[in-house]
Amino acid sequence: MALHEMTLSELAAGLDAGDFSSVELTQALLDRIEAGDGKLNAMITVTADQALATAQQADADRAAGKGGALAGLPVIHKDIFCTRGVRTSCGSKMLDNFVSPYDATIVERIAGAGAVMLGKSNMDEFAMGSSNETSYYGPVRNPWDLERSPGGSSGGSAASVAARFTPAATATDTGGSIRQPAALTNTVGLKPTYGRVSRYGMIAFASSLDQAGTITRTAEDAARLLSVMAGFDARDSTSIDEPVPDYVAELGKAIKGLRVGIVRQHFDAGLDPACRTRVEEAIAVLESLGATTTEVDLPNIDLSVPTYYVVAPAECSSNLSRFDGVRFGYRAEDPEDLFDLYRIMTGTYVLSAGYYDAYYLKAQQVRQLIADDFRKAFADVDVIAGPTSPTPAFRLGDKVDDPITMYLNDIYTIGANLAGLPGISVPCGFVEDLPVGLHLVGPHFGESVLLRCAHQYQQQTDWHRASPEAFS
Amino acid sequence: MYHCVPVAGGGRNITENPGKNNVSLDKDQVRHIATLARLKLTDEEYDESVDKLSRIVDFVDQLSRADTAGVVPMAHPLEATQRLRADTVTETDERDRFQENAPSTENGLYLVPKVIE
Repeated sequence: MALHEMTLSELAAGLDAGDFSSVELTQALLDRIEAGDGKLNAMITVTADQALATAQQADADRAAGKGGALAGLPVIHKDIFCTRGVRTSCGSKMLDNFVSPYDATIVERIAGAGAVMLGKSNMDEFAMGSSNETSYYGPVRNPWDLERSPGGSSGGSAASVAARFTPAATATDTGGSIRQPAALTNTVGLKPTYGRVSRYGMIAFASSLDQAGTITRTAEDAARLLSVMAGFDARDSTSIDEPVPDYVAELGKAIKGLRVGIVRQHFDAGLDPACRTRVEEAIAVLESLGATTTEVDLPNIDLSVPTYYVVAPAECSSNLSRFDGVRFGYRAEDPEDLFDLYRIMTGTYVLSAGYYDAYYLKAQQVRQLIADDFRKAFADVDVIAGPTSPTPAFRLGDKVDDPITMYLNDIYTIGANLAGLPGISVPCGFVEDLPVGLHLVGPHFGESVLLRCAHQYQQQTDWHRASPEAFS
Repeated sequence: MYHCVPVAGGGRNITENPGKNNVSLDKDQVRHIATLARLKLTDEEYDESVDKLSRIVDFVDQLSRADTAGVVPMAHPLEATQRLRADTVTETDERDRFQENAPSTENGLYLVPKVIE
């Protein structure tokens, strides 16, 4: 098998067996990026020299019998994570010249495990978007159809994994920004529990919703990467001090008897009928493995999108006020179009005098109701299964002018962010040659059961092995 | 000066344009919001913003239909409380490195445009 088709696990085995070196692997992937990214625009910065130097070190360490859990293995970081000495733009002109003085905790941990960073991926500006069209560096294209969006905001990470530039990338998810692009590009996207992975050095969008996670081609690789990223960090005030299980070791356990919940509202008229069929087929595969399905009621889930579009803009309008062009950032003589204007304005409005109670406080109350609904549901089921996205990848330019239509893209994923729950999207087939994702949500700190369920599903299916024709 | 127009029609189903004909913000309000957010908009952008922001506000106004009497607003999804740390110095002085990212500095100070005439 070609190096670029291999997963982290397969590459680790190959490096261990001496079939190839990390330098050879790194060079092969850098060559693919160089040859293919002109079409995709998935990368903002490629760190070729640094990558080859790290790979060389990894090879030397391996020869000396040393090396961490990801020694010599490639990874791409979303350009929202601070990387010391390497530009961190967050997809914005505002930070076009920002070179971080420190590493994000997850960057530090992944580098500490010996991984080789190939570069930084493109994204919606400040992670605000579901199509990757708001990036200052231009839209990312979907490797499955270059006229379509890869989703967002982690579209560059998803596209680079789908196009076989890398087997793994980091990403962030505030309302679906890992899972939706994963679904639209035939990759696995994992958003962990709020507080599971440190947010230190991850540029904030909506602090009570943001969580860092992974985009890979298999659940097994997600487990490998999460094992390195997860865990308490004193530098993140919302990090949770909870032991990190061995996610890889638990993958092999059968899912016989697993209780799968189905939310009726997630299969209604808003869902593309062909996508619905793919998702139902995927749930049937889980049943064939011994899982049982039962309908669960989330009575307030219909309010998750309006709740999100109060909470997220409010927090982002506060967070983004730091980009004042004093300590860092771009100082414009005549500022224009620097941000997603409407989110900033919505956030400012809902927090302004006289409106706080009616919108922000109200939204946080409804958020509590939604979280309670999930809490009750998880008394009866182990995971909740459904679609990740209402449609397959849409055409670039189709939704960019209409904020509400764009918001509804995240209708199935937002609930997990509001309740702080982990979620994963797994490839479950195609509709007219475009990928569809199965979405699984678990209880707090339920990453293990999600990864296990996704892994067992991937043992029965080979959707994730399909690669886009233009990038095979 | 401010008012909040309720969304017409009942039901809780999310539709694409729940408040299509419901302009709930006017240009003065949008101008005030832009001032608070320190955003400078052109006249055309104001017109577009009135329309789009009104639709967004109408959309999120669906929340007003939820019965939240007695519900404690969420402060943290895992009900975690704020951790405290010892009040000791943990960071080293890296002012020079931090200031490398600033648009304008002098003698270790940040320079800003004149804001008071």
